[in-house]
Amino acid sequence: MDAFPLTRLIDRAAAIFLALLGAFAIAIPVLNLLVPAGSTLHVSTYLVALFGKYVCYGLLALSIDLIWGYAGILSLGHGAFFALGGYAMGMYLMRQIGTRGVYANPILPDFMVFLNWPELPVYWYGFQHFGYAALMIILVPGLLAFVFGWFAFRSRVTGVYLSIITQAMTYALMLGFFRNNFGFGGNNGLTDFKDILGFNVQAEATRNALLVISCIALALGFLICRAVVTSKFGKVLIAVRDAESRTRFLGYRVENYKLFVFMLSACMAGVAGALYVPQVGIINPSEFQPGNSIEAVIWVAVGGRGTLTGAVLGAFVVNYAKTYFTSGVLAPYWLFMLGGLFVAVTLLLPRGIVGTLKYGLDQRAARSAAAEEGVDMDVAPPSAAPHAAE
Amino acid sequence: MRSCCDRMVAFVFALGLLLFAAANAQAGPYEDALPGFTEGSLSDTGEAIEKVVASSNPLAASLLEALQDARLLFSAEKKTVYIKTKDGKLLDASTGKPFTGTPPDDIDAVVVNNRLRNIISAALGGLTLISSNSDRRYEAAQAVFKSREQSALPALEQALAKETDARVKAALQQARAAVILADAKSSAADKIAAITVIRDRGDQDSLGLLDGLPPDLPAEVHAAIADARAKIQHTLAIWNAVQNAWYGLSLGSVLLLAAIGLAITFGVMGVINMAHGEMVMLGAYTTFVVQSLIRAYHPALFDYSLAIALPLAFLVSGAVGVAIERGIIRFLYGRPLETLLATWGLSLILQQAVRTIFGPTNKDVGNPSWMSGACDFGGITVTYNRLWIICFTLLVFVALLAMLRFTRLGLEMRAVTQNRAMAAAMGIRTARIDALTFGLGSGIAGIAGVALSQIDNVSPNLGQGYIIDSFMVVVFGGVGNLWGTLVGAFALGIANKFLEPFAGAVLGKIAILVLIILFIQKRPRGMFALKGRAVEA
Repeated sequence: MDAFPLTRLIDRAAAIFLALLGAFAIAIPVLNLLVPAGSTLHVSTYLVALFGKYVCYGLLALSIDLIWGYAGILSLGHGAFFALGGYAMGMYLMRQIGTRGVYANPILPDFMVFLNWPELPVYWYGFQHFGYAALMIILVPGLLAFVFGWFAFRSRVTGVYLSIITQAMTYALMLGFFRNNFGFGGNNGLTDFKDILGFNVQAEATRNALLVISCIALALGFLICRAVVTSKFGKVLIAVRDAESRTRFLGYRVENYKLFVFMLSACMAGVAGALYVPQVGIINPSEFQPGNSIEAVIWVAVGGRGTLTGAVLGAFVVNYAKTYFTSGVLAPYWLFMLGGLFVAVTLLLPRGIVGTLKYGLDQRAARSAAAEEGVDMDVAPPSAAPHAAE
Repeated sequence: MRSCCDRMVAFVFALGLLLFAAANAQAGPYEDALPGFTEGSLSDTGEAIEKVVASSNPLAASLLEALQDARLLFSAEKKTVYIKTKDGKLLDASTGKPFTGTPPDDIDAVVVNNRLRNIISAALGGLTLISSNSDRRYEAAQAVFKSREQSALPALEQALAKETDARVKAALQQARAAVILADAKSSAADKIAAITVIRDRGDQDSLGLLDGLPPDLPAEVHAAIADARAKIQHTLAIWNAVQNAWYGLSLGSVLLLAAIGLAITFGVMGVINMAHGEMVMLGAYTTFVVQSLIRAYHPALFDYSLAIALPLAFLVSGAVGVAIERGIIRFLYGRPLETLLATWGLSLILQQAVRTIFGPTNKDVGNPSWMSGACDFGGITVTYNRLWIICFTLLVFVALLAMLRFTRLGLEMRAVTQNRAMAAAMGIRTARIDALTFGLGSGIAGIAGVALSQIDNVSPNLGQGYIIDSFMVVVFGGVGNLWGTLVGAFALGIANKFLEPFAGAVLGKIAILVLIILFIQKRPRGMFALKGRAVEA
């Protein structure tokens, strides 16, 4: 309780981050809608959708950083929660199509008519209401995370074992969603969305609104994460990350801490997925691919694990690079770049971009403080690089 | 496939007969029948076929064969019939000798419809029943068993009377029984005797035959059918289980082969190598390169291509493995999660490199002659490549165990695994052992690639298909224990194949993954967990 709660919640880095995010959320729609198309400052609608996608990835990265950076849980299956949230949103959007589908069936989505399904499966009930869908977007990933985490953390599955079974989880879900008889559109997934809450998803204004909403969700997610990690609860999480057994012997119920933060993170990933789907216009089982989840982890590693702001920055940087490289003549080399990024970051930049910056600043501050007080600079520097989970 | 095979057999047989026929061609019922083919009407053609069959002329088979393939030509004007051989030569159908001179202008193929085609295939079956080759007789009997053609009965009786080969005799009896059962006019006692014969055959076809019988049969026949059905189903259930177990063993050996290298790098060294699948892929591509070179320079060596590829694949993957260990993993010991990410990145690089060099499409890797083919073993079919892979896997496993147990390197590996600091204190160069161990694990993945190239598509994504399964096997079996890997691989393989019939391939796989996830909850260190101090080391 050394500082006023609000300044503890929003430190200098967080304030800069929120300010930048706010500026971004205002500037892009203004440049898109108000600046005429011929102007050099004009931002095309394509870019608006692209940035909206990045913001969703940022939220996903944030959710991974919360558990990996602060609790030492490396989930290689977070894409599953993202995709589940996306599917929940996709189901709502499918129900909104109504009679405008190819088969003009007022209740059944096109793919069900195509597959000769006589009626709507029970688990599709209620998805025509946005409120219900919104609830499911948070509930379904949260519930899966609860069941999975309850089993995993109670039986003390940690480290790489946990990583591998999270990967198996998303792999199993991918296999399932690829099947037509699961009732989620099989291979093609859900697409051809028409409108969301009565607004056309293709319209410029809707796209801008979705971008702003995504930014707000990201800001809220960030504040929630800050609130968690700056609280006493967060300190316990860091203790779990650095020395799980010791924390347990000190009397903390480690599994409950991990379970809560895992569920919170899954819900955030679900929201990210839900916002992602209307902006890209499709959700299909390839979102469950283990590769996607691992790629999301590398965003966090690039930006700096355990920094929150770094995760979002990493998601932006890596995805911008991906868009840049995969759309030009350099496309065949993108996987070399991505693979090299994995290797280089783990070997050369273990703290990530933000982590390294922070470490440098902290070092300088400590040195100047030491110089002022004339204390010998042999004190261990504040560690910005978390240790391995085990 | 089968009918194509039958045709080939009949064709070869017919060619043999042609030589014989050329010697003693004379006017008879066969020659009289031939003009029937020149009328251009289906009913005349049908009659002509019957006459040709009845003539038992040695040329009949080749003529019918040609008719089936639309290679039987006729001239309506001259009332002559010609057989066009598969390589395009024209034969005179009445003599079987090559036709010399200019063919008539109005030459055209004899037209048949599906009804006639059925008659032709049944007739061809009847003709091959008296072949001198026992395999052909056997196949002909099987064909009659399936077609149940009434007209084949006299030929069957004839063939039965002469038959000496026990296997063919049984097949002929079964075929006869099938014909009798299909005949509405045969007596109840005959039918019951026939049912007994069918029952002893005891496969899916017999069951289908019994199921297809008309319902208006005497009560005692129905009782016999019910009894036979129950017996057949019992036999089938047993064979089905054997078949599943065999497929399971086969899948298990593939899993073991892919996981065994991982059991060393992950199990013994504790290094998560996500690029392990790519080591397998490199081995498969080594096989491809070796085979391409052999095809280009020395085709005679093709049967030895795998033997040549094995050591090369071991060296290639092993060398890449050592390079990875020295270049990347060595800096990441004690940071398993970072190792995981770095090796994942590496797997992307390796995949893309192979894609850039060899292209993204599947590469054609051939089976050497001794690995292709299959044999029937009771009620199941055993393909030789699967059989070889099982043997090969066990061989690799035993060799690896022996290496760890009896060689100096194996001893040092075990020492470093159990207590690194103590091993170093005893003068073992742990860094060197680390590199060699990693190289060994990768090299074994390479030879797994050679074997897998025989049953899987060789593409840049080959490794990805195995990585999750391999990790599951190692984790399920217990880390740091090769026996656990063996048991884990076969248990998963067999469980997978027994689940598939109930749940389907994909759901079966999901069920297995869920079961493993639950299993890890219960025993987080696998089936055969290390105990004592080694656990947390």
